[in-house]
Amino acid sequence: MRQHAPGTESRTTQVVLILLALAFLAFFLVMPLVAVFIEALKQGIEPFLEAVSNPDALAAIRLTLFIAAISVPLNVVFGLAASWAITKFSFPGKNLLLTMIDLPLSVSPVVSGLVFVLLFGAQGLLGPWLSAHGLKIIFAVPGIVLATVFITFPFVARELIPLMMEQGKDDEEAALSLGANGWQTFWHVTLPNIRWGLLYGVLLCNARAMGEFGAVSVVSGHIRGETNTMPLHVEILYNEYDFVGAFAVASLLAALALVTLVLKSVLEWRFDLHSGARH
Amino acid sequence: MTSIAMRKPRWRAPSVLPGFGLTFGFSLAWLSLIVLIPLSTLFLKSAGMGWHAFVEVGFSDRAMAAYRLSFGTAAAAALVNAVFGLLVAWTLVRYDFPGKRIVSALVDLPFALPTAVAGIALTSIYAPTGWVGQFLDPLGIKVAFTATGITVALIFIGLPFVVRSVEPVLADLGLDVEEAAATLGANRFQTFFRVIFPAIMPALFTGAALAFARGVGEYGSVIFISGNMPGRTEIAPLLIVTQLEQYAYNGATAIAMIMMLISFAVLFTLNAMQSARRRRLGS
Repeated sequence: MRQHAPGTESRTTQVVLILLALAFLAFFLVMPLVAVFIEALKQGIEPFLEAVSNPDALAAIRLTLFIAAISVPLNVVFGLAASWAITKFSFPGKNLLLTMIDLPLSVSPVVSGLVFVLLFGAQGLLGPWLSAHGLKIIFAVPGIVLATVFITFPFVARELIPLMMEQGKDDEEAALSLGANGWQTFWHVTLPNIRWGLLYGVLLCNARAMGEFGAVSVVSGHIRGETNTMPLHVEILYNEYDFVGAFAVASLLAALALVTLVLKSVLEWRFDLHSGARH
Repeated sequence: MTSIAMRKPRWRAPSVLPGFGLTFGFSLAWLSLIVLIPLSTLFLKSAGMGWHAFVEVGFSDRAMAAYRLSFGTAAAAALVNAVFGLLVAWTLVRYDFPGKRIVSALVDLPFALPTAVAGIALTSIYAPTGWVGQFLDPLGIKVAFTATGITVALIFIGLPFVVRSVEPVLADLGLDVEEAAATLGANRFQTFFRVIFPAIMPALFTGAALAFARGVGEYGSVIFISGNMPGRTEIAPLLIVTQLEQYAYNGATAIAMIMMLISFAVLFTLNAMQSARRRRLGS
């Protein structure tokens, strides 16, 4: 006699498979996460606080917040513009445009940094012109912003495009026929419709902007207190064998990741937003 | 109304909504400025260095060893993720267990955790004195500072790609076909391999390919655990950085170009295979 309905496994098989999956996740995902916090607090709270409040660490935190504060809004503006053009109108070449928006996802972070060095570096295409005008992009903050904007380029647009595609343009057409102008339609109709999806995109974009390592590492020049973001500061401390310091700063980034995951899950549960295979 | 529609550009379908020129123009300009022009410098620089120089630096012994390592470890990690990612997706879609929502949220951790943080955490775990390393070291198994360590880091990075690709397909799969298979006398294994697996195979393949593509270019989580010995544990992205630090811009460009072309070829093949499959299935 079967103990279970056709189309399902026996309870024993289920339990074995669940335990196997959980063991894999515990081993590969949970253990590294826990290790960050344990290593950070290994020698107690004092060295942790010291490492986090060190002037170089504070400068890194400030720079990371500054970079995110510039690159996230830029991506929001682009994401809104691109998704309006793509979802409200039909024009040839739309698929090509979609593919090109996704391009930064398929390029190695290191290559993303490299292209800006080739363009703006001392020996780059625009290097001589920049130095003649006293402008510095590579090994300076503008380069870090550019690399971060490149890396996070598709994040907001990718969340908004499927959402706005699904919503169609009936609401906007109704608003226009009732006498609203374009901006009023956007502010009072479109934006409220997409606000949770937009927030979701901002969340993912912000996490990547603050955590990006490879691209930023190539363009930053690693000048302490000046062009070191938090992830770069972690690397420097780690390479100097200051493990408590490295893990202390890393734990702040890990905490940011956890907050991001919690907010993301809340948005998914409450507003039925779906997360696909992305980034 | 007709006169307004007539004045609009002919290459797109007319619409009553405003703002096409502004949003399309801005999107295209911003895309060119941030993505297309910077990426095109890679092609310009490659073309400018001449075929001989390109081959010499792009296919040097050291570069070849780096490609082999990067593509080999990424393939191994993608394979592991295909198996365990499918298992995780299966349990999340099909079974109920306490804490399921937390587990589901946790799957996205590699997307949210900065790669450098993952890198130092994994290194501390698998170093010979670490939580796991101390048990493997007496057995003669070295993970940190070997290709195995690189694979471990890439498994961490790639897992969500497989899980998130397979999950929706598995959820959409009707139970009726499985019940039909069972009614016709198939046992559970037969049903899985003959009915379920063929249906989720394309999604599984896509997820694994995305994990592979990400793994080939991955830098932050790998460089701490890899040991970075030229010719042995030096991944291709690290070789690009090393070349840059030595001001060898030609070398960095050639290696970056070759990696990018291979990645595009992989993604292109993937898309072609998927559309061929869709055509065959007639949908």
